[in-house]
Amino acid sequence: MKKLSARRRHPLAAVVVLLIALAATGGLYTLFAPADKAKADETAQSLAIDEGKKLYAVGCASCHGTGGQGTTDGPSLVGVGAAAVDFQVATGRMPAQQPGAQVPKKRNIYSQAEIDQLAAYIASLGAGPSVPTENQYNPEGADIAEGGELFRTNCAQCHNFTGKGGALTTGKYAPTLEDVDPKHIYEAMQTGPQNMPSFPDTTLTEKNKKDIIAYLDAVNSDKSESPGGLELGGLGPVSEGLFGWIFGLGGLIAVAVWVAARTAKAKKS
Amino acid sequence: MSSQDTPEENLPAERAADDSEHGAVAVPGEKNPFADPGLPPHEHRIQDIDERAARRSERAVAFMFTLSMLATVAFIASFVAVPVDKSIYVFPLGHISALNFALGMTLGVALFCIGAGAVHWARTLMSDVELADDRHAIEAEPEVRAKVMDDFRQGAKESALGRRKLIRNTMFGALTLVPLSGVVLLRDLGPLPEDKLRHTLWRKGKLLVNMNTDEPLRPSDVAVGSLTFAKPEGLEEHDHDFQNEIAKAALMIVRLQPENIKDKRELEWSHEGIVAYSKICTHVGCPISLYEQQTHHVLCPCHQSTFDLSDGARVIFGPAGHALPQLRIGVNDEGYLEALGDFEEPVGPAFWERG
Amino acid sequence: MSTANDDRRKAPAGERVADWADGRLGIYSLAKANMRKIFPDHWSFMLGEICLYSFIIIILTGVYLTLFFHPSMNEVEYHGSYVPLQGQLMSEAFASTLDISFDVRGGLLIRQIHHWAAIIFLAGMFVHMMRVFFTGAFRKPREINWLFGFLLFVLGMFTGFTGYSLPDDLLSGTGVRFTQGAILATPVVGTYISMFLFGGEFPGGDFVARFYSIHILLLPGIMLGLVVGHLILVFYHKHTQFAGPGRTNKNVVGMPLLPVYMAKAGGFFFLVFGFIAMLAAVASINPIWALGPYRADQVSTGAQPDWYMGFAEGLIRAMPGWEINLWGHTLVLGVFIPLVLFGLFLGIIALYPFIESWITGDKREHHILDRPRNAPTRTAFGVAWVTAYMIMLIGGGNDIVATHFHLSINAVTWFVRIGFFAGPVIAFVVTKRICLGLQRRDKDKVLHGRESGIIKRLPHGEFIEIHEPLSQEQLHVLTAHEQYQPAEIGPAVDENGVERKVKGSQKLRAKLSEAYYGDDSQIPKPTAEEYREITSGHGHH
Repeated sequence: MKKLSARRRHPLAAVVVLLIALAATGGLYTLFAPADKAKADETAQSLAIDEGKKLYAVGCASCHGTGGQGTTDGPSLVGVGAAAVDFQVATGRMPAQQPGAQVPKKRNIYSQAEIDQLAAYIASLGAGPSVPTENQYNPEGADIAEGGELFRTNCAQCHNFTGKGGALTTGKYAPTLEDVDPKHIYEAMQTGPQNMPSFPDTTLTEKNKKDIIAYLDAVNSDKSESPGGLELGGLGPVSEGLFGWIFGLGGLIAVAVWVAARTAKAKKS
Repeated sequence: MSSQDTPEENLPAERAADDSEHGAVAVPGEKNPFADPGLPPHEHRIQDIDERAARRSERAVAFMFTLSMLATVAFIASFVAVPVDKSIYVFPLGHISALNFALGMTLGVALFCIGAGAVHWARTLMSDVELADDRHAIEAEPEVRAKVMDDFRQGAKESALGRRKLIRNTMFGALTLVPLSGVVLLRDLGPLPEDKLRHTLWRKGKLLVNMNTDEPLRPSDVAVGSLTFAKPEGLEEHDHDFQNEIAKAALMIVRLQPENIKDKRELEWSHEGIVAYSKICTHVGCPISLYEQQTHHVLCPCHQSTFDLSDGARVIFGPAGHALPQLRIGVNDEGYLEALGDFEEPVGPAFWERG
Repeated sequence: MSTANDDRRKAPAGERVADWADGRLGIYSLAKANMRKIFPDHWSFMLGEICLYSFIIIILTGVYLTLFFHPSMNEVEYHGSYVPLQGQLMSEAFASTLDISFDVRGGLLIRQIHHWAAIIFLAGMFVHMMRVFFTGAFRKPREINWLFGFLLFVLGMFTGFTGYSLPDDLLSGTGVRFTQGAILATPVVGTYISMFLFGGEFPGGDFVARFYSIHILLLPGIMLGLVVGHLILVFYHKHTQFAGPGRTNKNVVGMPLLPVYMAKAGGFFFLVFGFIAMLAAVASINPIWALGPYRADQVSTGAQPDWYMGFAEGLIRAMPGWEINLWGHTLVLGVFIPLVLFGLFLGIIALYPFIESWITGDKREHHILDRPRNAPTRTAFGVAWVTAYMIMLIGGGNDIVATHFHLSINAVTWFVRIGFFAGPVIAFVVTKRICLGLQRRDKDKVLHGRESGIIKRLPHGEFIEIHEPLSQEQLHVLTAHEQYQPAEIGPAVDENGVERKVKGSQKLRAKLSEAYYGDDSQIPKPTAEEYREITSGHGHH
């Protein structure tokens, strides 16, 4: 303790205190930060019904109306089709937790069977795109390069060159496409969830969609290559600039400090 | 010499006389308690007094130089042995090019070790006695200055440049004119603007061709909430002037519920709620197309200009100065969407002659 | 030793070579002045070396890249080894950059070294410039060298920009499109400049070749000349140094060029090169294959320039869309004002040394560096400038900031708009106060010693903290700085009672001088009398 108090005025004391304070704040934050998982589980308990309509009445009717006609809180579901239901529910976007600029992706709480029942119910309200079959979205054999060009024409403006996501107006955003199931990518293009425009088969054919999925599979999946090394988020010059400043110039300055520092003297006072 | 309007006394006094010259140790406390104590005596490093420590340093330096040699050998070996397209997984870098990683690391180590060895050598084994060098004023002595001025005057006088005005004036004239040749030569860098920025490939009867499928569009192809990009019929990607033409003609097509269209002219120029707007931002020309189908807003990814497609593509946020130009469209006899003319105003960024 | 004495008339081979060279180049007189030239040791004096070495690295790697790069915009179909682009139409420039990255062994490494070194070169110049600014190293006799450095920074920005545009990828092409749009916004001559630069309409088929000659020849050539001039002046002026024992305005204390600096500076080149090579081995930069070839109707979100242009990008993004249409002409203020601001903002820092020397009226040489706290107004001005710069950098990346901090892009833009004006003011006030606080602490330390942290209880119960007196070196360092007095205009009337004519510029200068050196802007440093009074007196608190 005596040693400690003697060093209280050491020039580096302030730095040490700051580091401790930062570490403590961070630690406390992780302790008290809200746990999303618990909430999701809680909602899960209330969903034990296994028929589409009943599922709908419990999970969806409060916003979309008892017959899917829509309310001020949620749009009409007549004619959105099974594909939209499959996308929204299976990616966890629906049911939404709270209204906001955009409903985020979260953990899905329905089984595929329940989703199918829900989808069947919504599809019965009005004709719409049906859930794609596997050979529609399976990227095997598709033209990756053609998909790349289509992606840059139709998708990159919101989702970035390789699907890392990007900003839209007033807090909305185009989400990252990393690890998104090909089926869901297909459904999103077909149905245009939330503010995303749709790309029906008349403007973006089935083959086009398949090519796009194949391109994403090649450049934005866990097996995608980044020949040059760390991808730095794939965000372009902003992350490259930050990396260059912090690790590039920062590292070189650390080296410079070593080069210019005085060598230890024989007798230390 | 000093500035004509600064009184000398406003400048801080030159360092007091008791501030010692470098090296001379003043006696502290006698006159000025803050006097410069002079260079502190040199202290020895471990390497200066302990030969074993010096040997250790020597070995460390030699080790680094040796490591550098080994790294160079490894660089050449990797260059020969590693295939250019081989990919390896390196945590936490991901799936990266094996050759790039191997070459970069070996080259890096080879270079870094030379540097580290040299610096360690300088820091531990070369003399670390601090030396002082005198500075000398940069300004020349007054005699030198006077001599230069005299020489210059003499030279100027001998040239008679001031006296023979005719020579002087014609020379200046010639020197001023001669660079003009260079400027004139630049003329053929490009054509004059004329009205090139005012016209696009669109004209009456041109079909709207889907960018993705290369097929002409029918109204039924365009659903509410969808987004379609189109080019004028006849423009192909292989065409010589494709880039220049698409840079002006690129089209963005969306379908709104006619009752949602607030702008009267927009409704008139649309077909069953299908509206066609230039895809080129009116700010600095990015292909704008971040269409939000629920708000009908289009955002530019470059500088965030936001346009409201349901209200004549008016600017609602950001640095763009005017609305996106709309293309007037209709349907031909065969039921395909067609243009009813060119854009009525220049597309893309504003310019001085735009008016 | 003894054998060498025996054979004096025949000098060793090395000396004979040196003699030969001296007879033709006169190297001995050059070496006499410079071989044992003294350089002071401080890490911040090596920032410039980082820039110099990364510049050399850029030239070396750049020459290599020219061997493989085809500066042509001819459209070709790609059939190289990168699968996701096979069969695509692209310019030869883009295709050859893909070949450098995937088919030339080591090509990717050199490309990445070249680009990382460029990022570091510009970042290094920025930090180096700030070091020079905040320590007052730009004062006489170094104003011209400051301008050389400034020009290098600006030319570096444009060299970087033209180089980044060469591969003709979708990201850089978007940047070129922006440049073309900005050129069009120039009143009167905009369309002409655009047509001449691009050889017609955008994008045309010429700009890669033209940017290429600008990028590899014109700008680097000028820069090389400036670098040489910059270094010659550093040598000629001799390096500045911080105040310290034995360090005066009339000397320079440090290590000799031969051998210590030769080894350290030479070694540092290899350290920088090796470090950047390793950086290029582990971190990807500008992966053009992921961006795709440029097409005028395609774009991606997150379209930013490299960091050094981020400031200009921020200005453009934050600007409201003002446009004036009069008499058949359009004045595109929404683009033109940011362009002008960009020049003014950089210009003001370039001219600062001349402004400050005008205010002080000081015509003497300065070789002892200021501690930033001892020049509070200058430091506060510099911090305000950096703050505005940083806010605009945030503005340049507002979309990335919005997505990664879950903010609204509109809110970020508004923050930048307001911050550009408010930020520097706040930074100025806060910095000045911090500087004055530090000056007070220095004064306190000189007069009362260093707080030791040891608490002592006196017999009568009072607690005091023991203060350790400073060493002579510390006392000297903390009192070595000069303090200016504010310039005065003098009395309003002369000795005859006639109203004196005071020029407006003089009044302005007196005002600025008061702001710089008035009572609110510096703490008078302790005098010898104060010190003696306190130290000779009883007790110290």
